[in-house]
Amino acid sequence: MQKPDTVYFFGTCLIDLLYPNAGLAGMQLIRSAGVKVIFPENQTCCGQPAFNSGYREEALQVARQLMTCFPGNIPIIVPSGSCGGMIKQHWPELFKDQSDYDEACSIAERTYELTQFLVETLDIQLTDLGQPVKIAIHTSCAARREMGVAEHIESLIGQLSQVETLEQERKPECCGFGGTFALKQADLSGAMVTDKTKAIRATGASKVISQDCGCLMNIGGALDKQKAGIESQHIAEFLWERSHATD
Amino acid sequence: MQQTESFKKRIDKALHNEQARINFRSGMSGLMTKRATQFNDDQELQNMRDHARAIRSYSLSHLPELLEQLEQKLVSNGIQVHWAENSKQANEIIYQILKKADAKTVVKGKSMVSEETGLNEYLEHKDIEILESDLGEFIIQLAKEMPSHIVMPAIHKNCKEVAELFKKHFPDLPYTENIEELTLMARNILRDKFVKADAGISGVNFAVAETGTLCLVENEGNGRMSTTTPNLHIAITGIEKVVARLSDVPPLFSILTKSALGQPITAYFNMISRPRPANEKDGPQHVHLVLLDNRRSQIRMDDELLDTLRCIRCGSCINHCPVYVQLGGHAYGTVYPGPIGSVLEPQRLGLDKIGALTSACTLCGACGEVCPVQIPLPKLINRLRAESVNSQRSEAQISGKGSLRKMLEANTWVLWKWIYANPGLYRVFRWAARRFRKLSPNRLGGWTQYRTAPVPAAKSLQQLAREEGFSNE
Repeated sequence: MQKPDTVYFFGTCLIDLLYPNAGLAGMQLIRSAGVKVIFPENQTCCGQPAFNSGYREEALQVARQLMTCFPGNIPIIVPSGSCGGMIKQHWPELFKDQSDYDEACSIAERTYELTQFLVETLDIQLTDLGQPVKIAIHTSCAARREMGVAEHIESLIGQLSQVETLEQERKPECCGFGGTFALKQADLSGAMVTDKTKAIRATGASKVISQDCGCLMNIGGALDKQKAGIESQHIAEFLWERSHATD
Repeated sequence: MQQTESFKKRIDKALHNEQARINFRSGMSGLMTKRATQFNDDQELQNMRDHARAIRSYSLSHLPELLEQLEQKLVSNGIQVHWAENSKQANEIIYQILKKADAKTVVKGKSMVSEETGLNEYLEHKDIEILESDLGEFIIQLAKEMPSHIVMPAIHKNCKEVAELFKKHFPDLPYTENIEELTLMARNILRDKFVKADAGISGVNFAVAETGTLCLVENEGNGRMSTTTPNLHIAITGIEKVVARLSDVPPLFSILTKSALGQPITAYFNMISRPRPANEKDGPQHVHLVLLDNRRSQIRMDDELLDTLRCIRCGSCINHCPVYVQLGGHAYGTVYPGPIGSVLEPQRLGLDKIGALTSACTLCGACGEVCPVQIPLPKLINRLRAESVNSQRSEAQISGKGSLRKMLEANTWVLWKWIYANPGLYRVFRWAARRFRKLSPNRLGGWTQYRTAPVPAAKSLQQLAREEGFSNE
């Protein structure tokens, strides 16, 4: 894609409520590259929680409401691999046999995950203004497999000269979030996030960075509960803080 | 909802079995590493997967014709063919064949389809001695357990546990934890049985319609012994295992062994085409094939669920599943565990019986990524979740559709939809969540047993966006 004049930003419901600074940082990164960012007021959720729980009718109605927020032929940037994957991969399936199927496909085509947009389209160049830090990266499964963009988080962090990335064991393994899975299969999810945090703690990193707030809520929540002293942060917020330290 | 509760209990038991969890973690890590060494060119791997998928898809779209052709060819080769609609029929057919031949002792090569029908138990009740000859199956037969993995049935046991099991069953033999010595012991015990057995039973990996050839993939030679030493060989397989041409076999065989155990090729590959003719000295005089349906025909009727039947039983989805590695196979409570089990078993046995398996998945996609025939496993798990909470949504012939719908959960999603499909209501909800953020619960069921509770931020992203001068149109 050529660099557009304007993009929509779909902040996602999780970020809107729990991690607004991650969303804001994503918008600031795009704006700083000279692209106008529109944040449509009526956006809520992509429908993923209900879709993954089998409640497709409910998912459809929520997705349809979100669809009205993105008219025209403007790219939509999503700071989440799984919400991006929901729209890009699963909306065409969700809207199959519906009268607004074509519109859903158009939105799916126009949807980009944030790190993908920063790297592939904006070719963003960052200067690290932060203190030296050791981090671990958790790549979201949806960013990896549904969006196919897992490597971009690595290359963006690679631009930051003061950041050392430590590799945890079994890095690509799922953290055990899985949306309602974490509630329905709480102990199983707990066992998975316990393994994941053990691996991250063993690296000696002081921060864990991911491109998905679902994973961060899970991993970060577990690290906090364990009083591990490891901060969790969304990639957008991490990049913005380090490249715009005086802002 | 009983199945949900009993599944929870099995999960709980599995998560508390520290030794088995260590065994699974090391077993699966090893298998993932070995598989990766076989596929070091992504493009080449994709080409192989495309080819394998095309072969299997062709088989399924031409299933009736291919099965007819297979039967004709087998019969003209001298192999007798039997059709079984369900497990009970398959077991009865096999028993009748054994009875007619006056066979009292049977050696068996590894066969998941025979696990599906519960053949061992059935024949034991009929006073037929049946001995598993695959080392892993031999071990779990001694332990009176189910396979915990479709390729490595005893992967849940370490060598110490096997040593103790052998000591218990063969007290005259010396105790050892040395794997080679244990293997040799099993080999010596089995050798004797092979020579004396009246019949051999095996599975089939690919049944070639063009030539009437039954292909059997194995590593221990026990499959060859079971199918050639006794005078009677009975093979059992699912109807979906048919392939059109002999030339379809090498690509499937290759991707199967690489995906399953990270092997370029197995130690043995058997092609069984006919019984022993009068002028030859080797092989059984009588060969039978039992073709089992067990709802496969119904699965095939649905355009999407049909993909389930492409499976070549490599177990790669299981090896890469982050849930399976925590639980092991027994927690699933089914013959086939892991991702393929969570897709196949609810369709085979009914969502009302075992649909809860679909809940043990984060939809991470690791299974679909490695599947050699590209079964979209996460998509199918998600589809089955939808079927399990809605009895009306499709024509799919699965029993127990809608049986997992719970009033409270369904109403929660209606409420959720109500809020999130109405921006005005959503704003009120968000305002309330932020306004009372200090009051938000710090205990949220199972979530906070392992994690802190998330707390709504002081300002929403929408608010921050406005303050920072981002426009809304």
